Amino acid sequence: MTAVERKIPHDSAREHVTGEAVYVDDMPPSRGELIVDFLWSPVAHGRIRRLDVEPARNIAGVVALFTHGDLAHNRFGPSQIQDELLIAEDEVRFIGQPVVVIAAENREAVRAAKAAIRLDIDPLPPVFTIDEAKARRDFIGPVRKIARGDVATAFAHAEHVLQGVFKTGGVDQFYLESQAAIAWPGEKGALTVHSSTQNPTEVQDVVAHLLGLPAHKVVVITKRLGGGFGGKECQATHPAAMAALVAHKLKRPARIAYSKDDDMRVTGGRHPFQNDYRVAFTSEGIITAVKVDLYSDGGAFADLSQAVMARAMTHTDNAYWIPNIEITGTVCRTNFPPNTAFRGFGGPQGVSTMENMIEEISLFLHKDPLEIRMRNCYGIEERNTTPYGQIVANNQLPRLMRDIGERADFRRRTAAVADFNAKSKTHLRGIACSAVKFGISFNTKFLNQANALVNVYLDGTVQVSTGATEMGQGVNTKIKQVVAAELGIDAGLVIVMATSTEKNNNTSATAASSGADMNGSAAADACRRIRARLVEVAARELAARTEDLQPSPSTIAIANGMAFDRRRPQHGIAWRDLVRAAYLQRVSLGERGFYATAGLDWNAEKSSGSPFLYFTNGCAVSEVLIDRFTGSARVLRSDLLMDIGKSINPGIDRGQITGAFFQGLGWLTNEEKRYAPTGELLTYSPTTYKVPNIQDLPQVFNVDWIENDTNTLNLRSSKAVGEPPLLLAISVYCAIKNALSFVSGSEIPKIDAPCTGEEILMRLTEYARKNARKPQESAASA
Amino acid sequence: MSDSTKGVSRRGFLKGAGSAAAATALLDSAVLTVREATAQITGPPVYGPGRTELALHVNGSERTVLVEPRTTLAAALRDELDLTGTKVVCDRGACSGCTVWIDGLPVASCMTLAIDAAGRKITTIEGLATGDKLHPVQEAFIEKDAMQCGFCTPGMVMTAAALLERNPDPTLDDVKEAVSGNLCRCAVYPQVFEATLAAAKKRKASQIAGS
Ligand code: FES
Ligand code: FES
Repeated sequence: MTAVERKIPHDSAREHVTGEAVYVDDMPPSRGELIVDFLWSPVAHGRIRRLDVEPARNIAGVVALFTHGDLAHNRFGPSQIQDELLIAEDEVRFIGQPVVVIAAENREAVRAAKAAIRLDIDPLPPVFTIDEAKARRDFIGPVRKIARGDVATAFAHAEHVLQGVFKTGGVDQFYLESQAAIAWPGEKGALTVHSSTQNPTEVQDVVAHLLGLPAHKVVVITKRLGGGFGGKECQATHPAAMAALVAHKLKRPARIAYSKDDDMRVTGGRHPFQNDYRVAFTSEGIITAVKVDLYSDGGAFADLSQAVMARAMTHTDNAYWIPNIEITGTVCRTNFPPNTAFRGFGGPQGVSTMENMIEEISLFLHKDPLEIRMRNCYGIEERNTTPYGQIVANNQLPRLMRDIGERADFRRRTAAVADFNAKSKTHLRGIACSAVKFGISFNTKFLNQANALVNVYLDGTVQVSTGATEMGQGVNTKIKQVVAAELGIDAGLVIVMATSTEKNNNTSATAASSGADMNGSAAADACRRIRARLVEVAARELAARTEDLQPSPSTIAIANGMAFDRRRPQHGIAWRDLVRAAYLQRVSLGERGFYATAGLDWNAEKSSGSPFLYFTNGCAVSEVLIDRFTGSARVLRSDLLMDIGKSINPGIDRGQITGAFFQGLGWLTNEEKRYAPTGELLTYSPTTYKVPNIQDLPQVFNVDWIENDTNTLNLRSSKAVGEPPLLLAISVYCAIKNALSFVSGSEIPKIDAPCTGEEILMRLTEYARKNARKPQESAASA
Repeated sequence: MSDSTKGVSRRGFLKGAGSAAAATALLDSAVLTVREATAQITGPPVYGPGRTELALHVNGSERTVLVEPRTTLAAALRDELDLTGTKVVCDRGACSGCTVWIDGLPVASCMTLAIDAAGRKITTIEGLATGDKLHPVQEAFIEKDAMQCGFCTPGMVMTAAALLERNPDPTLDDVKEAVSGNLCRCAVYPQVFEATLAAAKKRKASQIAGS
C-alpha cells in the first residue's frame, strides 16, 4: 500500500494533543536572555520633533535602547520597491511603527521604559481612505492594466449595463500564535534565529542586511507556526530583526513575543478593496464587456501590495470568459500598518467583484444565477483564454457547476426561499451560488522553485528537510507521505525536520497554496535519485542471493519496505538491509532535490502571460437566514464541491477546505476593523473583533470533491487546496444579497462586505423606509 | 521569602517595585509593615506585592512557584513550571486557548490568579494522559484530524475532555455548547465535534466491555 492518497494523522498530532508541541515562545529561556519590545508611534502620520531615550536608560532592568542609527541598514522590503524602514527615522507613517527597540531583563522594565521615553511628534495630515489617497494620487508602485478586446465599442452597443462600487473590508489574520522570535548570538558574530515565519529565507536575508552581516552568518529555524495565513509571510521579519538586533549588539539571547493586542495593532492584514465596476450584457445574460478599476488600501509601505494586486487582477475574470475586458489595479498609500498577504492574496477581492456583478445581472434579468454562470463559464475547447493570455486547460468548471446545482438542489430550494419570504414577516432567506478558479503558482516567476534534503540513516529511517514551513496546513504530513511513497516504505519511517536555512537555502515563502506542490516535488526528486542508487544495489544483492538471476535494475521494485526483482518476486530484501548494504558498498544515502515549476511566464509590466501551472476550481451554494428585526444572519446550509485533483491526504484536504471557507465567511460577514478618527485600531482583541466561532458554522455543511486524476502537471496529480476554498464563501455574500433583493423593491440591493448584522439592518431599514413610501412597487416586486 | 505566612520580604518587594519613585516606595513600605504586622496577628496568609512562594497542586504533584499575587495561573504554569502546553492567546478570557481544569472544571487560566488556584487540583494538557495512555478525547482528536496549526488544540482538548467528565453521553448540541468559547482560526470545529462524540462513544463502549 502506498503512503499517499490516504488519510494519515497530522505529522505532529500527538504532540498537539499532549501539549508537547513547541512553538517559539514555548522554548525555555536561556541564560541571560533578554526581553525585546518596542515603543511605537502613537500618531498615524507625523514628524518626530524630539526623541529622548535617556530617561529610560537608568531604569532598573532596562539593558539597552536602540534607534534606527544602531542598524547597519534600515531600509528593506519584500518587493523591489524597498521602501520600508524597520525603525522610524524622522517621519512616522502609521500607528504601531517602531521608534525605539527596548531590551530589558523583565516586562516591568519594558513597561517603565516605554513610559519614560520622551517622544514628541508634530502631526501631519493622515490619509485613511482609498478616496483620499486617490484624490492625492498617492499610490504605491505603478498602475497596472490587463485588457482584451474592444471595451468601448462593446459598452456602446450593450443591451444592458450595470455599474457600481464594490467594497470589501480589511481583515486580521488572527493566527492564534502571535508573532514571535528568539535570537541567539554565536561564534564569529553569527546568529541563530528561531522565528514563527512562513519565510525563513526572507528573515535570514533581512536580518543579515539590516545588521550588515553576510547571509551565511544568520541561521533561521522554524519548527512550526501557530497559524500564519499570510500574516507571517513578510511581517514575521520585523520582530525577528528586532530580536536579532539585540542579540547581535549585546551578545545575549533575546526574545520577542507580541501580545495579541499589539500584534493586531501593529501588523497589517488583508487589503480592503474599493472597486469601480461596469458590466455589459445581453438579455440572455451573456456578458459582453467588463471594466473594473481595482483600488486597494496598501497601508503605509509597499510590503506585498503590488503582488496582491496582480493576483486580484488575474482573478477578476474568475470562472468566466469575457470577450472585452479591461482591468486596472492601483495600490493606494494610507497611514495604516502595511497590508500584507492573507490567504487568497488578492484573489478573493478580484473574484468577489466578478461574482457580485453576476449576481446583479441575474437580479436585473430575473434569471437563474446558476444558469447565468454556466452561460458565461470558460469553455473546454474554445472561449478558454484568460484576459492575460493563459489557456484554462483541463477545465472542470462546467462539470462542477452542473454537479453543484444538482447536489444542492439549487432550483427547488430557490423556489422554496421565495415561498418562505412571501410568508415570513420575521425572517428573510436568501440562496446563491458562486464559483472559483484559482491560479496556482507565485505570480513572481523566480519564486517558483524549491529544494529538499533527504537523509537515509543506517536503520532505514529517513529525515526530510525542505523550505516549507508547517503552519497547520499539513505540508509536513504530505511531504512525509510523498517521501514514503517514492521510497516505497512506511510513512512511520520518515520524519520531517524543522525548517532551517542551514539545510535549505534560498527558499520561497510557504504561500500561494504551493508549499506541498513545490517542496514535495523537490523531496520527490531527491528520493528518486536515492532510489535509483538503491535499485542498483538491490539488483546486485538479489542476484548474488538468487540462483540464475542476473542483476537487472530495470526489473527491481521497492514497495512496502521490500526490494525485489519482479522476475522473482518471492525473494525480497528488506529496506533496512538494503540501506545497510548500500552503506557497506559506499553508496551515498543522502540527496538534495530541486524543483522549478515548468512552463511559467509572466510579464508584470504588461500584466500578461501564463503565470499559473494550473487552476484549482470549485463551486458552492449557500443559504442564509436573516432576522429582519436585528439584521443578524445565519448560514443554514453550504454545499461545497471542488476539483482538487487526486488528494494526497483527504483528511488534511477536507480540513483545508472547511477552514478556508470559514475564514472567507469571517471576511465577508462578521470580521470588521474599526478605527478611531485618529487612525487608531479599536478592534484589537477577540472581545471586539469577531472571528467566526462555532455558532457561525453552516447548520448543514456538505464538503466534497470530484474525482479527477488528470492534473499530471503537478505532484502526484494533486492540486493545491490551501486558499481556493476561501473564495467559496462568496456564495454567502451573494446569498445575503439575494435575501435583500426580496425587500429592496425595484432596486438591486447594494451591501458592502463585511455584511455585519449592523450593515444588514441598515439596508433593511433603508429598504423598508423607501418601500413604505412606494407601497405599490414593493407589492409588485414581492 | 520562604515563610509564606509572612507573605513578602522587603527585598522581594523592592525588587518587584523596580523603578518606582522613592517616595511611594517609602509610603508603601509603611503600609507593608502594618500588613505584615496584621498578618502575624490574625493568621491568614497575606501575599505580595512582591514575589512570594506558592504551592500549586498540578497534574498530581505538589509544585512550588515564586510569583507575584497578580500573576495569572497561565503565566505561573508557563513561566515558572515550564508547562507550556497551556497557550496564552488573547490574555483576557475571550478565546479559551488557555483552558485548564481546576478541580475538574475548565477555567481560563489567563483569567485566574495563581494564588486563587493554590490548594486546588490543577490539571493541564500535560497531565491529561495517564502515562503513555492518552485520554480518549486526545486519541479521537488525532484520529479525526481535529487540529491544524495546533495552537488552540490544548485548550480545545481540555474543554472537550471536561465535558465528557461531567457528561459522558453528550449530544452534538452539548458539544457545540461546551466548545463555543474556544476559538480556532483554522476552523477545525466540525472535526472537533466528530472527535468529541467519537471519544464519548468509544469510552462508553470500553466501559461496558470492562464492566
Ligand atoms: S488566553 Fe485565556 S481566554 Fe484567551
Ligand atoms: S488548529 Fe489552528 S487555531 Fe485551531
